[in-house]
Amino acid sequence: METDQIEEMDVEVLSSMWPDDVGTQADNQFNVEKPAGDSDTLKEVDIAEKRTMADLKRLPELLNTTDQGSSQLTNLVRQWEYMQDHAVRLLREELKILTRQREEAEAKELKIIEEHNFETEEPENVPVLDETSHLFRRFRQKKRDELVDSKRVVIDEEFDTVAYWKQKALSLEKMLEASTERERRLIEKLNESLKTMESHSAPDILGKTDVEIFHGGGVKESEDFKREVLEKGKASKREITFETELFGSKTFLIYVEPVYNKAREKIGINYMGMEVTDQVRKREKMAKLREDNAVRKAMESELTKTIHITEETMRAKQMLATMSHEIRSPLSGVVGMAEILSTTKLDKEQRQLLNVMISSGDLVLQLINDILDLSKVESGVMKLEATKFRPREVVKHVLQTAAASLKKDLTLEGNIADEVPILVVGDVLRIRQILTNLISNAIKFTHRGKVGIKLKVISQPSFASDKEQNETSVWICCDVYDTGIGIPENALPCLFKKYMQASADHARKYGGTGLGLAICKQLVELMGGQLTVTSQVNLGSTFTFVLPYKVATPDDHSDDQDEFSDMVDHHQPEPDDTTEGYFQFKPLLGSIYSNGGPVMGNNFLPHKAMLTSPIKLINGSVADPSNSSGQSQTVQVENGGYMDESESAHQYGNGNGHRCPSKESESCSSSQASSEMESELTVSSPREEEKTETEVKETSQPKILLVEDNKINIMVAKSMMKQLGYTMDIANNGVEAINAVKDTSYDLVLMDVCMPVMDGLKATRLIRSYEESGNWDAAIEAGVDIKTSESEQGCERSTDRLPIVAMTANTLAESSEECYANGMDSFISKPVTLQKLKECLQQYLQ
Amino acid sequence: MDTLVAQLQRQFRDYTISLYHQGFLDDQFTELKKLQDECSPDFVAEVVSLFFEDCEKLIGNMARALDQTGNVDFSLVGSSVHQLKGSSSSVGAKRVKGLCVTFKECCDSQSFEGCVRCLQQVDIEYKSLKAKLQDLFNLEQQIVQAGGRIPQVDI
Repeated sequence: METDQIEEMDVEVLSSMWPDDVGTQADNQFNVEKPAGDSDTLKEVDIAEKRTMADLKRLPELLNTTDQGSSQLTNLVRQWEYMQDHAVRLLREELKILTRQREEAEAKELKIIEEHNFETEEPENVPVLDETSHLFRRFRQKKRDELVDSKRVVIDEEFDTVAYWKQKALSLEKMLEASTERERRLIEKLNESLKTMESHSAPDILGKTDVEIFHGGGVKESEDFKREVLEKGKASKREITFETELFGSKTFLIYVEPVYNKAREKIGINYMGMEVTDQVRKREKMAKLREDNAVRKAMESELTKTIHITEETMRAKQMLATMSHEIRSPLSGVVGMAEILSTTKLDKEQRQLLNVMISSGDLVLQLINDILDLSKVESGVMKLEATKFRPREVVKHVLQTAAASLKKDLTLEGNIADEVPILVVGDVLRIRQILTNLISNAIKFTHRGKVGIKLKVISQPSFASDKEQNETSVWICCDVYDTGIGIPENALPCLFKKYMQASADHARKYGGTGLGLAICKQLVELMGGQLTVTSQVNLGSTFTFVLPYKVATPDDHSDDQDEFSDMVDHHQPEPDDTTEGYFQFKPLLGSIYSNGGPVMGNNFLPHKAMLTSPIKLINGSVADPSNSSGQSQTVQVENGGYMDESESAHQYGNGNGHRCPSKESESCSSSQASSEMESELTVSSPREEEKTETEVKETSQPKILLVEDNKINIMVAKSMMKQLGYTMDIANNGVEAINAVKDTSYDLVLMDVCMPVMDGLKATRLIRSYEESGNWDAAIEAGVDIKTSESEQGCERSTDRLPIVAMTANTLAESSEECYANGMDSFISKPVTLQKLKECLQQYLQ
Repeated sequence: MDTLVAQLQRQFRDYTISLYHQGFLDDQFTELKKLQDECSPDFVAEVVSLFFEDCEKLIGNMARALDQTGNVDFSLVGSSVHQLKGSSSSVGAKRVKGLCVTFKECCDSQSFEGCVRCLQQVDIEYKSLKAKLQDLFNLEQQIVQAGGRIPQVDI
């Protein structure tokens, strides 16, 4: 470009600056300015101008050195700028034109769209009178947005091309077709409806008055309305429903106004009617919907409120249970410590204070147990067991227990009808709890006379539903009666309520927590029965509960039979105490025990402190007895269960604890292990025995016999005893135990129940028979090899009752009932802990 | 920075607690530990090893009894299980004892497959407990060797 510029540029010819008159003579010979002959040469010379490339680097140098150059440069620049501006101007104009074209095209497009748009619009016949008109509008909008496809014409081709217009034409044609089709259909429909209208004889309508067309009650109403308006002279509108021939029942909104002439006289009315049937219907529907909505919301809020309340209640109950639970642990700690204290040396005053502490603590623990029980039953967590048991035994035992700590001069009776089955299935623990509670109440409120339990079978009572009846269930009615102070009639209804006592005086005088009866009632009802009471003031009261039980038949898995059949000897005739139905107990007066079994006098203390079994009973869960929570609970309740002699607090608290659940049956056939154990025992613990021998030379040391076959249990028990400061002799089975007892006078025997050769129950029975009869005949008969040694003749063998404590593993055959029935005084449940041993020792070695 | 003794003690504590929480041991084991003092410093170890020997023997008996195909003496198995249950309950071997309960039920119902299965489980369980207690005792040893005192762990 620059080269072109240079070409086009007018080259200014510089005139000679040399003055003309200078150097004419002197320089003529040197004057070459005006060569005479050369002036033409220049004309002739043709400088062929050809394109030359300008050296850009050089060019500025050249241009800058001369004024001409710089002015030429600026010219150049100016030219270039002109060119650019020109170009810009042209482009701008181009742009303007294009923009204008585009706008025109858009306007055209809009116009076309608008022309097509009317098809998509729906008729605006939304009733204005309706309150819900806004809803309709919204609905329509929504419908349009979401449901109805846009009827816009979409062309793929580029705007303003042939293809574009072609496509547009095609689609528009289609749309036209569709619309004509719709039109045709509408016309068809119109013709149809015309026909129907005609068929209904249009003349029927045309030319008739409203009265003639319409039927129904609305006619009179409209007449009245018209008359009213005429009279009042006020225009008003009203909805009236008419019946029509053609269309059925329709509702019209009629507006009537009076017409006045110029003289202000009424000459008539103007009457306008609008059909609002649909609207009315919709309105009613809406109202109904709103009503339903409101009702539903109310129900929901009620429900949430109820849920809240229930939740709160549950939480409160849960909290109560937890709190009680939490309270129990430290409390049993306190009681436990108090008991340990009581084993130390105390003076009289201290002991008295301590006794008060212990009894108070026990009372509180019982209360907590009650609360827990109650909350458990109420919250439905309590699970009932179904175990086989002998009702006669249970009754006997409850009475025995009560008699053992009876301080008043009362007679305790038990009477079981013959038709009551020997063996039934039920929750023996709970039943015992109920009985004990009722008996203790009876004893508490009776100062003279008798207290008793009566069992009999009844036919299905009225309150039981028919579906529960089946052949193998019996209804047993149990009366707990007394000749006590009675209950006034007005107090009867509140009796079973929680925390209620018959009166405030009663509460003060007799103490108690008021929870016992409530628990009993809950339990009875939980088991499907009923608890009622009848009473007469100063004559006595009778508490009656009726429960269904399933009759059980002794089979392979039942307790006694198996055990005995596995024994080596079958010669010993078993005492038949299963059918005895009548017992009577008196306090502290020796045994009037009418059973044909081993002597069980009442004038001893063993029943008072029941060493308890795992608390899973109290928790009502039938879980594995070995779970650790059960274990820890054991310790606590034992403390709670222990009672001092001078305390005659509620015994039913003990009833809670002193049952071990009967589980599967045991068969104690001989095991090889036992013989091996013996030898190993002597090998493995020589060190212990050495030490203990050196320790035990004092004569004041009590003699304890441990009868156990499992060497590990022996090791643990021995070690525990050592820590408590005692030593023990060991026997590995019942026979050895008998021999040991025969030869040595022991102060206490810890008897494992399940052992080979001869089990603990049998051994105890034989020992008791010796105590009773003074000889070992029964044992010899049983096959025990009684070695008569010199020591027997030597020492004064007392026939004082030897305390025998069972160590049970909580199985069916080892239930505490069995233990007592066979002559045991008490029991410890395995595994043996320091605490259990300590308590046992405290009790029997005082 | 913990000393070696403190580290070991912490390890011991954590391991013991975990054994209780996982159900390997229960409170009866705690009782056993109470019986260990200067007079009988290895009491727990002795009892426990005696227990494991007993396990082995009883399991052997039961396996032999169950091996008499067609002529299994379930009462024999049952009595061995009873023994094992008593032992495990005395030492606080919670899981073993739990298995024994199930085992007893299988014996009572004379279910051969059940018994075999239970036997296997008991075998596994006592061995794993043995290993764990071994670890525990090793930790004790280490603590003692490092000059520390075995900490009392309250569960």
